[in-house]
Amino acid sequence: MSGIQNMSAVLDMLCPMHVMISRTGHITHVGATLRKLRPELDWVGARFLEVFALKRPRAVTSIAHLRESVGIKLHLQLRDAPATELKGVAVESGSEDALIVNLSFGISVVDGVRTYDLTHADFAPTDLATEMLYLVEAKSTAMEAWRKLNLRLQGAMIAAEEQAFTDTLTGLKNRRAIDHVIARALERDSQFALMQLDLDFFKRVNDTLGHAAGDHVLQTVARIMVDETRSEDTVARLGGDEFVIVLPDVRDVAALRRIGARMIKRLEVPIPFEGSDCCISASIGTVFFEPGSGADMRRLLDDVDVALYASKRAGRGRQTFYNKELRHKLHLPVHAGPDDDQASVIERPSSG
Amino acid sequence: MHGLIYRALQCFVTDSYGPEKWAEVALTADLGFVEFEAMLIYDDALAPRLIAAVGAVLGRSEPDLMEDVGTYLVSHPNTEGLRRLMRFGGVTFVELLHSLDDLPDRARLAVSDLNLPQIELHEYSCSHFSVFCGTSIPRFGHVMMGLLRTMADDYGVLALLEFQGGAKGGETVSITLVETEFAKGRSFALGARAS
Repeated sequence: MSGIQNMSAVLDMLCPMHVMISRTGHITHVGATLRKLRPELDWVGARFLEVFALKRPRAVTSIAHLRESVGIKLHLQLRDAPATELKGVAVESGSEDALIVNLSFGISVVDGVRTYDLTHADFAPTDLATEMLYLVEAKSTAMEAWRKLNLRLQGAMIAAEEQAFTDTLTGLKNRRAIDHVIARALERDSQFALMQLDLDFFKRVNDTLGHAAGDHVLQTVARIMVDETRSEDTVARLGGDEFVIVLPDVRDVAALRRIGARMIKRLEVPIPFEGSDCCISASIGTVFFEPGSGADMRRLLDDVDVALYASKRAGRGRQTFYNKELRHKLHLPVHAGPDDDQASVIERPSSG
Repeated sequence: MHGLIYRALQCFVTDSYGPEKWAEVALTADLGFVEFEAMLIYDDALAPRLIAAVGAVLGRSEPDLMEDVGTYLVSHPNTEGLRRLMRFGGVTFVELLHSLDDLPDRARLAVSDLNLPQIELHEYSCSHFSVFCGTSIPRFGHVMMGLLRTMADDYGVLALLEFQGGAKGGETVSITLVETEFAKGRSFALGARAS
C-alpha cells in the first residue's frame, strides 16, 4: 500500500485539486485545495457523484460510465451552493478499478479564488492560475487607463466641435452653425422667420475709439440680441457687424415687428466704453419661410438681404419685411420661381 | 517612451506635492503641454529633461527623487493596483526577488508596447542579492531601490538596500536580508479587487 500513499503525496504536491475514487464510487482521498472548497464536508467515504454533478458528457451517471470517460475533458459542478463549475479529467489508477479525477477552475478561476479565499500556496507552482489572475488584474488596470484616455478625448472632441460652431468673440453661433440650423429647418419644411441685422455706425466706433471699443460693442450687442429672443431662437454672428437670427415657428408679423423694434431701441442706447459713449443703431431685414414654398437657403438669404438693403436705403435704424415689390422698388431682379438660381446682384450696403 | 512611465512621474508629483507643482514642472521642462496620457507614446528625449525639471522644482537630488518615485509606485493608495501586481510575483519577498527577471515580460503581457529596462537578479547567498537594472529609463536603479525597499516592508521583511552605482550601461542595487519575519507586513489576498 505504500505505493498508493506515495502516490497521494505526489499528487498532493502536483495536483492539489485531485480526488481519488474507489471501485464503488466512494472518495478515498482528496487534495488540500479541493478540500478547501467544502471544508465542512466529510470527504473520505462520500460518493463522488453525490458531491459532484457531471454536466458533460451527459451520459455519465454512474461510476461505470465515468470509467468509460477516462482521458476526456469533464465538465462538473458542485451539487450544493455555491455551485462552482469545475473542469476535470479522470484516469484509471492501480489494479483495483480505482479512478483519480484531477480538477481545475478553468476560466472561472477568478471567481473561484475569491469565493474560497485561495492563496498562491493553494496552486501548484507550475499551475498558471496565478499568472491568469495577474493577467486579469493587469488587463483591467490597462483597460481602465484606456477608458480614461477615451473619456478625455471625447471631452476634447465635444469642446472642439462646440468651438467650431461658436463665434469666439461674442459666444454666439457662427456662420457654419447658422447654415446648419437653416438647412435643418428647411429639411423639416416647418415655418420659421429669418432676421438679418447689420449694425449702423459701427465702423465709426471702430475708427474713432479703436478695436477694443468695437469688440466691446459687439459683445454688448450679442447680449442684447440673446436677451430679446427666445431660447429656441438661434442668434449668430456672420462676421464683422453682421448678425442673423433664426426664429422657428413664428408667423406673426406684429410680434416680429415688436422684437425688431425693441432690439433697435436697446442698441441705440449709448454703450459706455472707457469714458466714451459708443453710439450705434441697427438695420434689420426679415423674411418668413412658408412650408411648401420650395424656397431654398440661397433664395432665403437673397430675400433677407433685399429686405435689409431696403432698411438701409430707407435711412437705417429700422426693420423691413421682405416682399416681391421691394425688388421693383429697389430696381433689383425678381425671382422667376422657386428654382430660380440666378445669382443675386445686390451690392452689400457698406457698414456704418 | 511609454506614456505610463511619464504619467507615473506626473502622478508622483501631483499626488505628493499638488497639481500646482506639476504645472511648474511642465513649464520648467518646456513640455508645451501639461498632462501626459498614460496610453500614448512620447519622445525618449523628454525623460532626462523632465527628471531634471522635477528635481529643480522640488529642490531634490535626482537619485533621492527617483527612489521616492519607486516608493510611491507601490505604496500610494492611487497605485494600489501596481502593488497588487507586484505581490503576484511571489508568496515571499525572496520569491518576489526571483520573479524580477520576469518583470519586463509581465509588463509587456499587460501592455504590449510597455518596455521596461532589463532586470537581472544575482544571488550570492540566501540572504545576499543584487539587482542589475538597465537604464533605458534614466535612474531606473534608484526607482528599483525605492520600490524594493517598500515591497520588503510590504512582506514584513527587514532588508538593507544599497545603491552600488552604475557601470556597463546599468545600475546595481545590493540587497541584504536581515530578518525575513521581521514584521507582519501588509495583507494580500489573491482574489481581492484593487480599488
